[in-house]
Amino acid sequence: MTEREKILGRIREALTLSAPMPGKHHSPAAHSSVNGHAVASASDWLPLVGEAFESQITTFRTCSTELKTDFQLFDSHEHLTSKLQEISRAESWQQIASHGGNLALPAAESLGLPILRTDSPYDVVALEKCDVGITECDALVAQTGSVLVTSRSAGGRALSVLPPHHVVIARREQLLADLPSAFALLQKKYASNYPSFISFITGPSRTGDIERILVLGAHGPKKLTVLCF
Amino acid sequence: MNVTLFVPCFVDALFPRVGISMVQILERLGHRVECPEEIACCGQPGFNSGCWQESRDVAVKVLDRLKDAEHVVVASGSCGAMLKVFYPELFGKTDRASAAQSLSKRVWEFSDFLVSKLGVTDLGARFPAKVTFHDGCHGLRELGIKRPPRALLEKVRDLQLIEMKDAETCCGFGGMFATKFPMISTAMGEVKCASALDTQADYIVSNDSSCLMHVQGLLTRQGKPIKTIHLAEILSQT
Amino acid sequence: MSAASQFKEEAHEITRDLRHRQLIQTALGKYEIKRDEKKAAFQDWQAARQAAAETKWDAINHLDTYLQEFATKLEARGTKVHWASTAPQARDIILNIIREKKARTIVKSKAMTAEEIHLNDALEKSGFEVVESDLGEFIVQLRHEPPYHIVFPAMHLTRGDISELFARELGSAPTDSPEELTMIARRALRNKYVTADVGITGANFAIAETGMISITENEGNARLTAALPKTMISLLGIEKVLPKMEDLALFLPMLATAGAGQTITGYNSLYGGPRQPGESDGPDEFHVVLLDNRRTELLADAEQRDALHCIRCGACLNVCPIFRNVGGHTYGTTYSGPIGSVITPHLRGLQDWKHLSSASSLCGACTEACPVKIDLHHHLLHNRRNSATEKPNRLEKLGLKLFAFVVNHPAFYSLAKKMGRLMQPLHALVKGTRIDPAYGWTQSRDLPTMPRQSFKDWWRTRP
Repeated sequence: MTEREKILGRIREALTLSAPMPGKHHSPAAHSSVNGHAVASASDWLPLVGEAFESQITTFRTCSTELKTDFQLFDSHEHLTSKLQEISRAESWQQIASHGGNLALPAAESLGLPILRTDSPYDVVALEKCDVGITECDALVAQTGSVLVTSRSAGGRALSVLPPHHVVIARREQLLADLPSAFALLQKKYASNYPSFISFITGPSRTGDIERILVLGAHGPKKLTVLCF
Repeated sequence: MNVTLFVPCFVDALFPRVGISMVQILERLGHRVECPEEIACCGQPGFNSGCWQESRDVAVKVLDRLKDAEHVVVASGSCGAMLKVFYPELFGKTDRASAAQSLSKRVWEFSDFLVSKLGVTDLGARFPAKVTFHDGCHGLRELGIKRPPRALLEKVRDLQLIEMKDAETCCGFGGMFATKFPMISTAMGEVKCASALDTQADYIVSNDSSCLMHVQGLLTRQGKPIKTIHLAEILSQT
Repeated sequence: MSAASQFKEEAHEITRDLRHRQLIQTALGKYEIKRDEKKAAFQDWQAARQAAAETKWDAINHLDTYLQEFATKLEARGTKVHWASTAPQARDIILNIIREKKARTIVKSKAMTAEEIHLNDALEKSGFEVVESDLGEFIVQLRHEPPYHIVFPAMHLTRGDISELFARELGSAPTDSPEELTMIARRALRNKYVTADVGITGANFAIAETGMISITENEGNARLTAALPKTMISLLGIEKVLPKMEDLALFLPMLATAGAGQTITGYNSLYGGPRQPGESDGPDEFHVVLLDNRRTELLADAEQRDALHCIRCGACLNVCPIFRNVGGHTYGTTYSGPIGSVITPHLRGLQDWKHLSSASSLCGACTEACPVKIDLHHHLLHNRRNSATEKPNRLEKLGLKLFAFVVNHPAFYSLAKKMGRLMQPLHALVKGTRIDPAYGWTQSRDLPTMPRQSFKDWWRTRP
């Protein structure tokens, strides 16, 4: 017998006794079926998010401020690009990294700097030396101020975490109300073949491991900039 | 109405004023009070030590004696939780399971009985002092009683209620825990006393004499200025 | 020394350490403010708790089905799934992978299951260099001690302690800036990620529906561990399962709110396999090691099965007045605090670890804080009952029998009260000394004076 069979056997043996349902510790168990639960209503319990774009963008902005994410909204890709150029000058970027996408690449190219592309195999040591990783995303989540990325939408696993600054280029249509909508989007977009990596990025890298005092840039990016148009 | 007041052993022996105050308050409100003499303890010491059989040996007497009582008021939140919450589990697989369920429905902690059952908050009491209220854990979390004692205190003339930081944090008594792990119990008590002292109150009030016994024991030993008093003793002052 | 004696001895020392008490109260005070704020932002925290509890109930009570679904989905996309009944088996599986890869350096992100099986010791004894990458874990690894808390591993240390440690171990200049200290660790670890051959992680959730593990972290160290080394190994307990990916919409914010007072943790990442066709990075190999290590024994205890619902948020530790006074190391267990006191007797033996269930005032703050509604403090009572049934303490039993006899017989009960009153003046002679029979109480507290008239005396004689 394999360990797998042994473990599954012990589980089945253990489950012949039924356990009380949560919140009803002293009453006999009701029996529910596999997949019989309903988290579809999670939106009703989680922090409230308005339905209008304006209110969602306000929520995203409020979260960003608290998280120390630099969030900016523009009325065109052109304005966004000029902001990116301004940041590049201010931080004296020398080496940048990005991936081939309709939003990220043109913006990165406008900086006139050498670009390391991570959408095909690349040199990790070179990526580590880059000043910034410029990526796209799957969605922005108003409720939590999160940026949803996958290995497919954001140039792999490392681009959005290894360089000290992560810049996200997003469209306003990508703003979603809450986490349940984000998971619904993932399912709709990828259910037949999920990317091997999915991440909700919420603020720059942070730690409170020393006296519970917040420090940014523990291992990942010290800065997270979300540019949306 | 007919009220059966269960005064558990340590209140009977060490804090008789608490029971006496409850009788006086209930009678002043026009209720008929009986205090069964044959029962002394709810059985919690055995239950908490894991000796459920020895606990049942005591509890069964309580269960049988209170079989026909209309309303049972318990003079301690902790013993109240024993009757209301733990008897059904203690007698769960015995032939007294339904008796335990039935008793559970008729059991009240004192302050909850006044406020939630009788709908009374103003007892005409007067107590000129600054007080802070400590929530006994059993009353608070097993019985869900947070508001009633405060509602009662708010109506006491000349009394000022000042909430302490972490009023809901355990004082460290915990029954036999206090003597089995005195160092932890004492540290917890010191944290509690510090929160109470910060309020500059004259009294720490609670609806559980067991917490107060522990807290007062520490305060006396350490020579701290604040005193302890049971809620019922304040409510009976006119 | 037995675990129980050691616990008592260490508790005795640390409860008198006022610096420790202050440090923990301050750290957790900050957490409490954020937690209350984030909880208040929920539209219905209690409904969310109930839903989370029911979801975990479903997962745990159909564990065989969900685990198979999880493993099958992972395997379909090239992940190797290993099953380990015991800690030695899990260590061997991991060591074999590492040897086969001819690895030298291993970078690791925080995993309590790895602590549970003492993985670092095993790796180091076999000659591998293993670096903890989570800042708190990195700090306690340098101190050669286990994490103090399952979520905040170094919360017992001040910046001064850490500065001294870094100066001694890493040769850095002393500083009292948490930011500078963090940057010292960042610099020390950066190169490790790039050069490590193997990355080891834990997991917070295992999604059956999609065959993915979910890792929650704030620093980005787990993301780097899962992105750069050629081989990735994730070690997780079999109880980590959630039925559906969308369940995370509830669990991620609840974990963060209850555990750390955050709306959601900095990075919540899902990994569904090694690098897939068309992907540019990520490991060539992904190994998932599923660990039983007596979890199935806890599963067999239907009364306490809900302890397997635990998502290791640490909320019960944070609110526990016992934990806050004795600290994490005193427990001597991988999992400390209320959840540790409940499950350790199941994982490591009831008779050796029952003292943790007694070392509780049963205040219930843990149960109230638990985001998945584990009946924690009642399970401490259940452990006490199970232990007393399995191996009765004769003396205690005798004492309780005597007590039952006295309280059940009014005449003896009255007599006992009289004797108590008579003994009082005598007791004053030994009060608080070692020969005082009530020393457990009187060493730090006074006893109340017994009044001349008990309540029952009054009741009997009143007009």
